[in-house]
Amino acid sequence: MKKFFLKKIVTLLLSLFTIASLTFFLMRAIPGDPFTEDRVIPEEIMKAMYHHYGLNDSWYIQYGRYLKGIITLNLGPSFKYEGRTVNEVIANSFPVSLILGGEALLLSSSIGIVLGSLAALKHAKWQDHLIMIVTILGVSIPSFILATFLQYIFSMKLDLLPIARWGTFSQSILPALSLAALPTAFITRLTRTNMIEVLHQDYIQTAKSKGLSSYQIIWRHALRNSLLPVITYLGPLTASIITGSFIVEKIFGIPGLGQWFVMSVSNRDYTVVMGITLFYSVLLISAVFLVDILYGFIDPRIKRSIFNG
Amino acid sequence: MDDRFLFSPLQKKQEEESGVNSSRSSYWKDAWKTLRSNRSAIIAFYTLIFLMLMALFGPMLSSYTYYETHLSLKNSPPSTDFWFGTDTLGRDVFTRTWWGARISLFIGITASLIDLCIGVIYGTVAGFFGRKTEELMMRIADILYALPYILLVILLMMVVGSGLFSIILALAITGWIKMARIVRSQILQLKAMDFVKAAYALGASPMRIMLRHLIPNAIGPILVTLTFTIPTAIFTEAFLSFLGLGVQAPLASWGTMANEGLSALRYYPWQLFFPAGFISLTMISFNLLGNGLNDALDPRLRR
Amino acid sequence: MKKILEVKDLKVTFNKWHQKIEAVRGLSFDLYEGETLGIVGESGSGKSSAIKALVKLHPESITQMSGQVYYGKSELIGSTDKEMQKIRGREIGMIFQDPMTSLNPTTPIGAQIIEGYRRHFPHISSKEARAYAIQMLHRVGFSQPEEWISAYPHTLSGGMRQRVMIALALAPKPKLLLADEPTTALDVTLQAQILILLKEIQQDMHTTILLITHDLSVVAATCDRVLVMYGGKIVESGPVHELFASPRHPYTQRLLQSIPRLSQTKEEPIIPIEGSPPDLSLPLKGCAFCDRCPSAMQICAREEPPLFEEKVHCWLYSPRRL
Repeated sequence: MKKFFLKKIVTLLLSLFTIASLTFFLMRAIPGDPFTEDRVIPEEIMKAMYHHYGLNDSWYIQYGRYLKGIITLNLGPSFKYEGRTVNEVIANSFPVSLILGGEALLLSSSIGIVLGSLAALKHAKWQDHLIMIVTILGVSIPSFILATFLQYIFSMKLDLLPIARWGTFSQSILPALSLAALPTAFITRLTRTNMIEVLHQDYIQTAKSKGLSSYQIIWRHALRNSLLPVITYLGPLTASIITGSFIVEKIFGIPGLGQWFVMSVSNRDYTVVMGITLFYSVLLISAVFLVDILYGFIDPRIKRSIFNG
Repeated sequence: MDDRFLFSPLQKKQEEESGVNSSRSSYWKDAWKTLRSNRSAIIAFYTLIFLMLMALFGPMLSSYTYYETHLSLKNSPPSTDFWFGTDTLGRDVFTRTWWGARISLFIGITASLIDLCIGVIYGTVAGFFGRKTEELMMRIADILYALPYILLVILLMMVVGSGLFSIILALAITGWIKMARIVRSQILQLKAMDFVKAAYALGASPMRIMLRHLIPNAIGPILVTLTFTIPTAIFTEAFLSFLGLGVQAPLASWGTMANEGLSALRYYPWQLFFPAGFISLTMISFNLLGNGLNDALDPRLRR
Repeated sequence: MKKILEVKDLKVTFNKWHQKIEAVRGLSFDLYEGETLGIVGESGSGKSSAIKALVKLHPESITQMSGQVYYGKSELIGSTDKEMQKIRGREIGMIFQDPMTSLNPTTPIGAQIIEGYRRHFPHISSKEARAYAIQMLHRVGFSQPEEWISAYPHTLSGGMRQRVMIALALAPKPKLLLADEPTTALDVTLQAQILILLKEIQQDMHTTILLITHDLSVVAATCDRVLVMYGGKIVESGPVHELFASPRHPYTQRLLQSIPRLSQTKEEPIIPIEGSPPDLSLPLKGCAFCDRCPSAMQICAREEPPLFEEKVHCWLYSPRRL
């Protein structure tokens, strides 16, 4: 049991370290510097700013400072916005993205599982074909196209929902839908494939031979066993929602972490970019880590091997 | 017929083999048959051919170039002069759309082909040599895989700057991992098969085994993965362009056109809808084709 | 003796991948209370399809069935799924071939036994049900059933799993037990144990058993009567000792000949049956065994043999043959 955990945690830390370092060196490789973008700055002030931000030191000193900063959870100041620290930026905007992402997650899981199960139960019939078509659309149509399309129809033409900005529940509907489209398609497909396979298993036949009703068979045997692999999708699901948020927040003008990230990239605000990248990576890797552990607890076959060493 | 005849012994033909399926077609013939019966995949295939033809010849069909401006006619809706209308600088959207097709498809296909090469080589080497080599290589791949793909691409774009070849480079560097994994697992399966062991026993060199036996037999999944990598690349490029990291003006990919069209959405929706529509169409077609190929080539899904 | 099951001209056809497979082509037999009837045949003979069809276990969308199956007063083929749910488990139980895959891997075995039982006796409390499950496990040979009741299938050996299946099937105390090759996936020593267990339980609970197998030794050891199936039809039937002593149908004869015997010397060759079973996706003309039959006659290729001497479907036994 301990060995299992230990191994996972080591991998986690290793990945984080790799990302942090990669980010650092990538940032350093960017041509130009953070200050030359907007206006012409007199040399003395440039020198002073360089000194102030410690940019004159050799790279390994900066690297060390960077790593130290991470461990102490100090991600540094923003170069572009005076007086703001990266920590502040994240703390202010992440909750917004969290709510939006959470909505999308809930939407996609519930709709996905229901549609996927339905498609599996009506395999090769019209319901299955219809759902598969919808899935293909969900996977193929880029989120920004869907988002703008929804915006166009529901806000501009039909005036049913607010166009943009954040704050009320109705403002979150269109963005959440746009964000949820791709994950929903994936979850539907995954659930469907798994359930079709499960329904062909022998133990379903055994259940039927006992005289159980269709409802009992599906609920107690088919569903539980098909959903296990879907849980492992939660990791990539988080990733997809994070990347989707860049676009969706931009289109709907939502002050979330995604929008900040995009802005900082265009502004070449290095520390913010690094900080947010790191934050996202931690989020993602932790999500995958948690899912692994969760799966280990739920599937009795794996549970046993964990407990036995 | 009288009973004397009916109850006399029956002469049996020797060659007739009962029970053996006479239509024993090969793997590829079966696959082709399955694919042909998949209507949506066939439609998708022809759609893609059409799009590629238009990408090649479309701009020549109109009398405008993609960069000339007609400021007095800016933002005009589709008409007989400008089949897809004009954009905010008075440029012909029709021509720009098909130029955009050239760019988006070029980026998508080139990046995917590079990914194909890297992925196949990496995966084959890892799968073939096994044990320590494989573990190390796959560990690296795993760590890279865990990193959010698009984040990496964005960061890379910041480093190499924007522009056509930068995008291809960034996409190529990050997109090979999936192919490598699929190839590796295929190689692992093939390694255990008898014909590979036979080649080994006959003294074939590793290079020969990899090139002659392993890779050709893994073509199925490789092809399917390629068909899915291309839309991912096109999507990522559009994504980047939408965020402002794409090709430079006046060149435009579908993504940059969509980005420009966004601000004009309320009043001049055609500026967004044409590029957006074609991106979607392309991706849907690639995905349908990929699904069809997958169904046709996956031995588990066949009878 | 009372008839518990009457099967009349049962036909089962599957529509798979745009192909029509006629797995069962007209099966008729009677089953008497308390007996053990064996159905023996090669893979592809239709025996598994037939037995599952009795309780309508095949997916409705790809299966076409015709004929009648009478269980007491009820006709099963024409029954709705709801009506069948009352019969499955409660009146007719079933055990399957592969104990590895026939149990749900994520549910403890106790729960799987209780589930079937409570389905038909819903007023039993969970405590009583649990106690009963423990009793059943004990009955099928678990020496410490309380320890095993919450165990998962993958922690059990093949033999133990098969015993769990038996417990599960017999918990609702059905009158008829269908056994689809219950020992095929087990090794020889386990086979014997399971068969002995089945016989014991049969005596205890007065169950009728319909046993499917391809193994003639299993038939010899457990069955009272036997039906031989080939190409989706019965070719011969009769009491076990009669069949073994004097098999009438050429197929049965070859089947018995092809079993290697301990008493055989090295000089006596093992005689296989040449050829392979017929392709059931193609329509059959005449007798199904014709191609592989050493005694085939002209009429065998033209017409299907009806029942002769109340035992065998073979033109060799036609009174027209002189």
